[in-house]
Amino acid sequence: MADTQVQTVPLQVKDEQIISPWREAWRALRKNKLAMAGLGIILFFVVVAVFAPIIAPYPYDEGELVMKNKPPSEEHWFGTDYNGRDVFSRVVYGARISLWVGTFSVIGSVVAGTVLGLLAGYYGKWIDTLISRIFDIMLAFPSILLAIAIVAILGPSLQNALLAIAIINIPTFGRLVRSRVLSLKEEEFVMAARAIGMKDSRILMQHILPNSLAPIIVTGTMGIATAIIEAAALGFLGLGAQPPEPEWGKMLSDSRQYIQKAPWTVIFPGLSIMLTVLGFNLIGDGLRDALDPRMKN
Amino acid sequence: MLSYSIRRILMLIPVLLGMSIVVFSIIRAIPGDPALTILGEKASPKAIEDLREVLGLNNPWYIQYFDYLKQILTGDLGVSLHSGASITQEIMPYLAATTELTIVSMLFAVIIGVNAGILSAWKQNSWFDYCAMLIALIGVSMPIFWLGLMEQWFFAQELKWLPSVGRDNSRNPVEAITQFYILDTILAGQWDQLWEVIKHLILPGVALGTIPMAIIARITRSSMLEVMRADYVRTARAKGLAQFWVVYKHALKNAMIPVLTVIGLQTGLLLGGAVLTETIFGWPGVGRYIFTAIGNRDYPVIQSGILVIATIFVLINLLVDLLYAYIDPRIKYR
Repeated sequence: MADTQVQTVPLQVKDEQIISPWREAWRALRKNKLAMAGLGIILFFVVVAVFAPIIAPYPYDEGELVMKNKPPSEEHWFGTDYNGRDVFSRVVYGARISLWVGTFSVIGSVVAGTVLGLLAGYYGKWIDTLISRIFDIMLAFPSILLAIAIVAILGPSLQNALLAIAIINIPTFGRLVRSRVLSLKEEEFVMAARAIGMKDSRILMQHILPNSLAPIIVTGTMGIATAIIEAAALGFLGLGAQPPEPEWGKMLSDSRQYIQKAPWTVIFPGLSIMLTVLGFNLIGDGLRDALDPRMKN
Repeated sequence: MLSYSIRRILMLIPVLLGMSIVVFSIIRAIPGDPALTILGEKASPKAIEDLREVLGLNNPWYIQYFDYLKQILTGDLGVSLHSGASITQEIMPYLAATTELTIVSMLFAVIIGVNAGILSAWKQNSWFDYCAMLIALIGVSMPIFWLGLMEQWFFAQELKWLPSVGRDNSRNPVEAITQFYILDTILAGQWDQLWEVIKHLILPGVALGTIPMAIIARITRSSMLEVMRADYVRTARAKGLAQFWVVYKHALKNAMIPVLTVIGLQTGLLLGGAVLTETIFGWPGVGRYIFTAIGNRDYPVIQSGILVIATIFVLINLLVDLLYAYIDPRIKYR
């Protein structure tokens, strides 16, 4: 018994054996057929948007009036609109606008919402009360109405529509981050960090923020879907993109009076909105299941 | 329950005050001179000065705000710059039209959505489940203004089954008593008009109700699936109760709690979606009232329209919270 030695065997794990939670999530995501279909749709529209000048056979803002409201043909795949412009080219260029507005408005909401949510959740007290009340008030308006109010103040344009959409979605992310912070604050690793004298800013950036990323990514992906619809809605109401910009929502409202004569001018832009939004919803659903199974309701 | 209700109602006060500040700011936050923006570059200095006076823009902002607060608290929503009429009176028929449309859309959404969700959960992984969930997924992604346009084109213009705009047949208009046309035609005993009113409600109602229907179906399904795994459901099944009663009586009761929240939330959101649907279907509701006002730069109408809808939205949410606490007594002790 005396010569029994307690040996500590160094735990040897090769680098490639460590599976990071992100890689594990990607594995789960890859098995999800619907999510992959969503990713495919998004990648397709991203390629279309990036290479729009190469893909589009005609300029989006020029047409011949003699060619107005012509049905789909070999020269004009999606037909032509009331100005004789090629609908296919306009839809292709429209992908740029929708993806741009959707992505950047959500980035804006996420950044602002995260900062406010971290402040409210971590510092509590009057900062929390102030920020949370502002969120409550913003959420007291149906979101599209708040967007309309903001655009009514700033004046109709694509930039202002983007700004309005970014603003109205801040509370969604702010509340999400705040609630994550509140529960993380009580975790032992955060208390330990505080006990060894780590600065608040470092605790927030290195411990709390990385642990809040998963739900932010899930909500952000679905947020892009909502933002694209909201942008199209504002465009449809004449409060977003202005002519001749080929924004999908604006194309719908411009062509609606010719719907009986030229239904293709309304069908294709609408179908594009729906497909893009569907793509983001599918990948969002998949990400939720892969990253944060608890959010699955 | 009473103390919870009182607390919940008191929480409304700061929110309503905040809303009034936001709405108050709409006109004041316009960059430059709001009066100039409203009247346009060609307006005479006299007209601009008059409008500033009418809107009370010459006072310090805090006096303007307290005046505004006093005004809306007495039920005065201001005067429309376009028509010169009192907005409080002008908005009533529009409000009735929007309410009627919202109720019909929500009935459609709840009846179809809840039942589709239940059946999907009951027959999980069947072809019905897959189809219903695929339709729900597409429904969630559908821009309602596009769906509305497609309905209008296909059912009204191509097939000519249903009327595409308005609330009633313009050659045989409904005589308004309560402004709720279904009620009005029944009260008057005008059955042919009732049929006309219902026909006018179908297309906008379906367009507006599609997104909530899809969301309700999805949430009902997942909620039912969770409840169906509970012990008491298994017990009910074990004692030989028919599956139908297990699903519709035992499981549904508990599964409805999250569904109810979604229904309340969606009813409020419909009020926002109404701006788009009403614009497409020429529905004379508050949404279109606001939309027209934007075109006319009629800021008092924009302000009051938004305030009215937001207030209703907040009240619906209050109602849902109270109902929620009533159904699930655990809530009020949190």
